[in-house]
Amino acid sequence: MLVEIGHFALVLALLAALAQGTIPLVGASARSRPLMDLAQSAALLQFALVALAFAVFMQAHIGSDFSVRNVFENSNTAKPMLYKVTGVWGSHEGSMMLWVLMLTLFGGLVAALGRSLPATLRARTLAIQGLLGFGTLAFIIGTSNPFDRLIPPPIDGRDLNPLLQDPGLAFHPPFLYFGYVGFSITYSFAIAALIEGRIGAQWARWVRPWALTAWCGLTIGIAMGSWWAYYVLGWGGWWYWDPVENASFMPWLLGTALLHSAAVAEKRETLQRWTVLLAILTFGMSLIGTFLVRSGVLTSVHSFAVDPTRGVFILALIALVIGGGLLLYALRAPSLETGNPFAPVSREGALVLNNLLLCAGMATVFLGTFYPLFAEVWSGVKLSVGPQFFDATFVPILAPAIVAMVIGPVLAWRRGNLRGALRRLAPAGLGALLVPAVVLVLNPVAPPAALAGIALAIWAMLGVLTDLADRSGLGKMRLGGVWRRFCHLPRGIWGYAIAHFGVGVLIAGIVVSTAWRSERIETVRAGDTLEIAGRTLRFVGVTEADVANYHTQQAQIAVERPDRAPITLYPERRWYPVARSQTTNTAIATNGFGDLYLALGDPDGQGGWVLRAYYNPLVPWIWFGAILAALGGVVSLTDRRGRLRSLAGRTSPAVAPAGSADN
Amino acid sequence: MIRRLLVAAAIMVAIAGPAVYAVEPSERLTDPALEARARTLSQELRCLVCQNQSIDESNADLAHDLRILLRQRLVAGDTDQQVLDYLAARYGVFVLLDPPFLPTTYLLWLTPPLLVLAAGGVLMLRSRRRRPERVLSALTEEERARAATLLSERG
Repeated sequence: MLVEIGHFALVLALLAALAQGTIPLVGASARSRPLMDLAQSAALLQFALVALAFAVFMQAHIGSDFSVRNVFENSNTAKPMLYKVTGVWGSHEGSMMLWVLMLTLFGGLVAALGRSLPATLRARTLAIQGLLGFGTLAFIIGTSNPFDRLIPPPIDGRDLNPLLQDPGLAFHPPFLYFGYVGFSITYSFAIAALIEGRIGAQWARWVRPWALTAWCGLTIGIAMGSWWAYYVLGWGGWWYWDPVENASFMPWLLGTALLHSAAVAEKRETLQRWTVLLAILTFGMSLIGTFLVRSGVLTSVHSFAVDPTRGVFILALIALVIGGGLLLYALRAPSLETGNPFAPVSREGALVLNNLLLCAGMATVFLGTFYPLFAEVWSGVKLSVGPQFFDATFVPILAPAIVAMVIGPVLAWRRGNLRGALRRLAPAGLGALLVPAVVLVLNPVAPPAALAGIALAIWAMLGVLTDLADRSGLGKMRLGGVWRRFCHLPRGIWGYAIAHFGVGVLIAGIVVSTAWRSERIETVRAGDTLEIAGRTLRFVGVTEADVANYHTQQAQIAVERPDRAPITLYPERRWYPVARSQTTNTAIATNGFGDLYLALGDPDGQGGWVLRAYYNPLVPWIWFGAILAALGGVVSLTDRRGRLRSLAGRTSPAVAPAGSADN
Repeated sequence: MIRRLLVAAAIMVAIAGPAVYAVEPSERLTDPALEARARTLSQELRCLVCQNQSIDESNADLAHDLRILLRQRLVAGDTDQQVLDYLAARYGVFVLLDPPFLPTTYLLWLTPPLLVLAAGGVLMLRSRRRRPERVLSALTEEERARAATLLSERG
């Protein structure tokens, strides 16, 4: 009965979406207030109905209602409760439900918070959001109904893919989808602006916080996914240039370009058309990302839900969303006003340069991801595009973007002085030369690419610090005054500084962990020892046990270091009998500067076990960097110069910057 | 910060070493130079039955067989390129993760540099089309410097 209520709610939501997607558009062109105002109530209603359906679906999973096909296929009574909840989005149907929940949530937020928006812009934005909701809901109800029944209901379910029964995966999809779907709002705003035929100052003020919000979610989502792959897949890698990873990386690259160009559009009233185009393409990439994962067109370690027939529907949706958006852009953009002019060497100019490099990088990732598919279609040749291609093409394109990322913020708006900017950044430049030199002296066999990477990381980190010192007036006034200015820097500046510093930390993590990783793979017996990275690993033995829905073989390994307290690590292998699948559960000891990473391999049948031990220096910095980048985005969102206020459409109490209270 | 990085650099150096071992202990070659080449090569070869993994990462049986096969070729005296060619001849280009530069991949390899050139072209056009001098009234050098400082302070 409950399940049917959920099903009905989904169908009603489809109708609400249809109303939301059509009537306000008519209202906006006829200037009819009641028709336009329907958008808000429809958006809120649509969200409420989808939330109800989602809650029912979750209840079916929690209560192990195996008369629902999806629960039968993805759950089991013995599965731990956490994974009964998170298993809701572990399947195709469930992840589509999560997607549409986010989509309607964003629509509901615009409806609830958007009172200060011009009425026609709000009505049109919500209408586009409603049409997106209609498309997704039609897809769910038509091809992937989560409420399909099984008569008679089976006794027990087939269990969820054990790789997905993991705390990292539990929260990876919600963040990722928050990001993907968050860009639906910037898309809707862009299309609404094209329909209106004008891009006002209000428009840019609205687009930037939404782009930033979605971007933060996507950043965290990708970082979590990479962390999950790092500790679950058992060979210590964290990025594989896998199609599904690329699928989330492409909207991230464009989203990064979008949020910067939206910042320019907001502050300088220029680059508006470019911002609109980026908004369309970013959401397009989000959809293509979904298509990649959900259709199984491209093989990948992640495609646990593969169904080509659904791909046709999504493909049509993508064609409509991107094609329609671009067509409208082509028709309307020429008539939109051009923005304020600026010199090539200026902060705007640097942002344009970085936007172009980010887009070129995105196009390269796109090419590498889809090329095998194209090649097979037109020449019949099956070929592979592996990490080597991306390392050889993407990295050289993005490296200059990192160099420019440091210089841009130091340049003035409109017309900058490159020589002056470089003089101000001299300390960072000095550090970027010195540190790799020191590394080279200490380790003469260091690969040149790693040295260049270190230089880039130092440049990014010191560049931000130099700029902060400069903005605080260091060297121009007494230290007390510098400190006061430092504490009163606007949050927007702090946001940029934290995020850009995070990029430096991220690069340092990538470069150092790739170049200086060490590994030992040996067959060990109880009592054997193994040396790695100055540590002695003593293999104590393996114990076996049955836990919840799996059987475990758990190794005990004592890690000893001179002058340190010994620690014990427990890497294990799990066998999930219902899903008939084996997983490796790694054990990782981290000190923030490096990870000791242990994975238990196969037994040799004579009391020996293969043990894989890795020491990955600075690898945690990859995730620290990503977290800093997202944190920078959040700090920037709280800038009291009115960002949140414009987001909420009302005056929010001004939040004093942290630390200003003491001064 | 610099001190920290130096510490980190010291750590890196401490752990840096030529420690390269086979993916399965039983597969390892005794000659470390040959084994190092085998590891590099195995990262460039696709595990054909897996989803997007190199044979270096995969624990599938086929990956194991391929790792042994490539080591046999190396021991027999093949160069790296000969090993790759041998495997590509047996299993198709699909086995090569690093796509070779062939007529079918010209587009793949040439597009990225062309994209960068296109980006550069766009920048050139922009800077030619939009000279702010036309819009800005002439400022003295002093005024310009002052304005720049004020603008950069505003962030």
